[in-house]
Amino acid sequence: MSLSIIKPGLLDTIQDMGRNGYGNWGVNPGGAMDQYAAKVSNLLVGNCCTEGVIEIHFPGPQILFEQNTLISITGGNFSPTLNDEPIPLWQPVVVRKNTVLHFPKQLRGARCYISVHGGFCIDKWLHSVSTNLKAGLGGFQGRPLRKGDELSFKENTVYFAGLLKEENNLQILPWRVNEEKIYRFPHEIALIPGKEWEQLTEASRNQFLENNFTIHPSSDRMGYHLKGVPLELQQSMNLVSSAVSFGTIQLLPEGQLIVLMAEHQTTGGYPRIAHVITAHLPKLAQLQPSDCVQFKMVDMKDAEYLLSLQEKELHILQRACHDHLNELVC
Amino acid sequence: MTDSFEIFPLGDSAVTIDLGNTIREDLNDKVLAMQRWLVENSFEGYIDSIAAYSSLSAFYDPVEVGRRHPSSSSAFAFVSERLREAYEQSAVRPAGSGEPIRIPVCYEAPLAPDLLLLAEKMERTPEEIIHLHTSRVYRVYMIGFLPGFAYLGETSELLAIPRKPRPVPVNAGSVGITGRQTGIYPLDSPGGWYIIGRAPVVLFDPDLTPPARLAIGDAVEFYPITLKEFGRLHLL
Repeated sequence: MSLSIIKPGLLDTIQDMGRNGYGNWGVNPGGAMDQYAAKVSNLLVGNCCTEGVIEIHFPGPQILFEQNTLISITGGNFSPTLNDEPIPLWQPVVVRKNTVLHFPKQLRGARCYISVHGGFCIDKWLHSVSTNLKAGLGGFQGRPLRKGDELSFKENTVYFAGLLKEENNLQILPWRVNEEKIYRFPHEIALIPGKEWEQLTEASRNQFLENNFTIHPSSDRMGYHLKGVPLELQQSMNLVSSAVSFGTIQLLPEGQLIVLMAEHQTTGGYPRIAHVITAHLPKLAQLQPSDCVQFKMVDMKDAEYLLSLQEKELHILQRACHDHLNELVC
Repeated sequence: MTDSFEIFPLGDSAVTIDLGNTIREDLNDKVLAMQRWLVENSFEGYIDSIAAYSSLSAFYDPVEVGRRHPSSSSAFAFVSERLREAYEQSAVRPAGSGEPIRIPVCYEAPLAPDLLLLAEKMERTPEEIIHLHTSRVYRVYMIGFLPGFAYLGETSELLAIPRKPRPVPVNAGSVGITGRQTGIYPLDSPGGWYIIGRAPVVLFDPDLTPPARLAIGDAVEFYPITLKEFGRLHLL
């Protein structure tokens, strides 16, 4: 009842929706970078959307399934194959025992999410299975997956064998999520102005909204460094540290920007120029070094409305997946 | 007490109330009072709150808040109103009334990589710097940056120094200073503060509740120990 890592990828970690509620201890939420993709991956296989998934980057891992199970892969497209047979993204797939999942080529996106029906057996730390690499806690032994690691499944998934036709290594189930709306216009990222937005010079405010910024190679799960025209404050500011959030765009002393991502620390003291709206964090999470971004300001109502639409669709998807799965296995 | 505050969005899922962007005990006491009020008067969709020097930020699920409180014009408006109430209704309890927590620090060379450099920069002897660092009781103003990292203040103005231009690798237990602040790194981490010693104490233990040894409002003082004592305490 498990899978094992034959060959690890660049950075494979267990993540969920993050470790929320411990900011006062300095414990950051972390969690999946692309929370939409992680949620959908879970829903497709009949899990609750907060279940732990494997977040992978490119090059991806090679994974051996030691048990028949139902999986789904969402997020970036690393052209996944099972024993060299292509398998689709955003769709549930029954996989046979002793087959190998492999990610030969990065076509699009920066990270993807692998879920199994029922989820993985991982001890929670502070109510979450997300891996906190800095503290070496949470997830699978507080570290990225390595060669030989075995992840047990919570549920006995043997009954999916009945869905596999003889000789076939996999069976693609006939429902799929249309993710296009979420990732449409991948480089256009909507923002809400930050506390120090008005403190930028007028020229810098215009430059910020009119120019593209490029994601720097030093970007990671903690933050994206942006390369672009340096921005200036009307006068230098001395801020005492305060809380920051996923999507906060800070202005560094040399005039460059950093967007705080999932693994950001809880507090910071740099000027807060703007904040990426939550509905656009999945798009941003799928961009990678050398990709460019173009920012635009929206108001709070738009931000809340877009997010409520996403949530509504996830809700409908959850019900549909549940019904489909029940029809198949009962 | 403070008589002014500002409430502003920290994105679409968090709101901050700021009492003045300064390091002051009375403001920090009020931040703590507001946080207590908010936890006691929590709302559906509330996720967490982070207390900092002079501000409190409330994190929430905007969809849940919107669904549960449809009469508000937006989730942001609803949470902003709760923070306003927290400001108006919370009662300050002075913190740190207990005895200071005493933390041993070894200021000897192998564990104090920046002490000589600092002494040179500040035109003082290392002993003077150690004396300045150990002759005050500090307050924990906030926890942040790393799990269990306590921001302690204020240090003597004679110790004030800007942060290093670039962060360097720092060992767990290292005691650093910058500005009018001092703190202890709970984990190995890159850090930009000047390291003047090391404390043989565990500041973050995931098996304890709470895992962080220090909490906002605590009083802390440092006392010097020798390298030998450090070695003995470190093994405990």
